[in-house]
Amino acid sequence: MESSVSDFIYLACIVLFIVGLKKLSHPDTARNGNLVAATGMGIAILVAIFYPMEGATNNYTWIAGGLVLGSAGGYIAAKKVQMTAMPEMVSLFNGLGGACAMLISIVEFYNYPAQQDLLNGQAITTLFALFVGSITFTGSLIAFGKLQGFLRDSLVLPFPTVVNMVLLLVIVGSGVYITLLPQLNFNFIIILLILSLVYGVTFVTPIGGGDMPVVISLLNSFSGIGATLAGLIYNNQVMVVGGIIVGASGTILTILMCKAMNRSLFNVIIGGFGGGGSSAVDSGEQVVKEATYADLAIQLKYSQKVIIVPGYGLAVAQAQHACHELEELMEKEGVTVKYAIHPVAGRMPGHMNVLLAEADVPYPKLLDLEDANKEFPSTDVILVIGANDVVNPAANDDPGSPIYGMPILEVELAKNVIVLKRSMSAGYAGIENQLFFGEKTRMLFGDAKKSLNKLIEETSAA
Amino acid sequence: MEPVIQFITENLTMIYILTLAIFLGMEVISNVPAVLHTPLMSGANAVSGVVVIGAIILIRQAAADDYLVLSLGFLGIVLAMTNVVGGYTVTDRMLYMFRKKKK
Repeated sequence: MESSVSDFIYLACIVLFIVGLKKLSHPDTARNGNLVAATGMGIAILVAIFYPMEGATNNYTWIAGGLVLGSAGGYIAAKKVQMTAMPEMVSLFNGLGGACAMLISIVEFYNYPAQQDLLNGQAITTLFALFVGSITFTGSLIAFGKLQGFLRDSLVLPFPTVVNMVLLLVIVGSGVYITLLPQLNFNFIIILLILSLVYGVTFVTPIGGGDMPVVISLLNSFSGIGATLAGLIYNNQVMVVGGIIVGASGTILTILMCKAMNRSLFNVIIGGFGGGGSSAVDSGEQVVKEATYADLAIQLKYSQKVIIVPGYGLAVAQAQHACHELEELMEKEGVTVKYAIHPVAGRMPGHMNVLLAEADVPYPKLLDLEDANKEFPSTDVILVIGANDVVNPAANDDPGSPIYGMPILEVELAKNVIVLKRSMSAGYAGIENQLFFGEKTRMLFGDAKKSLNKLIEETSAA
Repeated sequence: MEPVIQFITENLTMIYILTLAIFLGMEVISNVPAVLHTPLMSGANAVSGVVVIGAIILIRQAAADDYLVLSLGFLGIVLAMTNVVGGYTVTDRMLYMFRKKKK
């Protein structure tokens, strides 16, 4: 095959990527779009395998082995993973792409001509690929660990901002130093690699909880940039364009998430959630009112409109199916049931939508932030299931609160608020929620799934 | 300054492509409804697995007895391919759920 023909097929693959992603952004065409992008990837890989290359040893056995093993692993993992664990899966996959970019740069430096300096585009690009690939790798692993619950959100390194700043400066400094050396010293590459890997850890560790959707989409964007940089090393257009499209779209999504929280990206990255700021609400003497299942069942049955506000607690308890069951039960009794979805509810962008889709909740029942707030005043009962910070009124009226200014679901506009929650512990932001002590609020403590099942029992009996 | 100018001259086409692709990437996903944020992200994630091509090129150029490079490249292919296949499969699974109840 001529190399120009191969390059032309690469172009076709790029078009398939773009068309695929474009289709992915509309509900009707999304599934098809995913297939289109996958087809593009399949063709691109075939072209890469058979691209005419002078003096290539090919080593096809190694390639075939890697492709088969990776495909099998990816396929099995993707089929087995539970919908609730989707954020973990996505961040793990992200990390793998980053790791590949990292490995490529290591090998490129390993093979680098001994007598040559690094003051050229190729070598500098490889340095960047090494850096971005490494932080994507360890950063994603930390994000994965946090989402899995291996790593506590409360795990904080001392002076994260200072440590990160210093580390970043050291990395940039040694990068410049390596570049200016008369010839490559591979030991320095290893040092830079280790520093970058450590930076990935220290960069993601302080970010947690409610900021997780931002981190995941940021890491997604990094993995795209890593692919682009690796593509620049080989002057390979399909890698460059494919990678940068992911990088750019990931960045847009990251900004979108930040906007939903009314915070800047910078603030998310360096801030974490501080110790609650000056928000000095003394809640020690306030008491919460507990709801009983029997009363609540009757109340639900005789309501006209009920809105459910799901949060990460719903995902943890795997309560999406129970939730849908309760919804159907109430609908049968003539109650209108809808869902209010906050843009950053859960641990990744759109997390709640995926869960509810899994439980077969019809798409038109999902309200976004604005529509939900409009409907709340005419709502009889709001069920807050495992959500906390996204319904915290402090965002509206406590300027000292770390989440002040974040648009929230104003559940207090409704006539009654029922909060299903495991315990009185604070949300991921680590701040008190005055909603729980509110006039209209009653609490239902316990695991969301168990509580919902009990509620279903009582409602069908009532 | 010299190497920078040289780099730009040598890679001008790539720089053009890169710049335009950034805008394309931002344009392609603008106005995505929130329902599709997760599938879009995991779909895009699979596309970023395109880095597997780099690992393939790397192995094809490696000497047949350079086991260190071959192993690292092999590992790279395995990891990136997991990302590609896993990403597309998981996206398809999610989107299947969305489709099911549209009728």
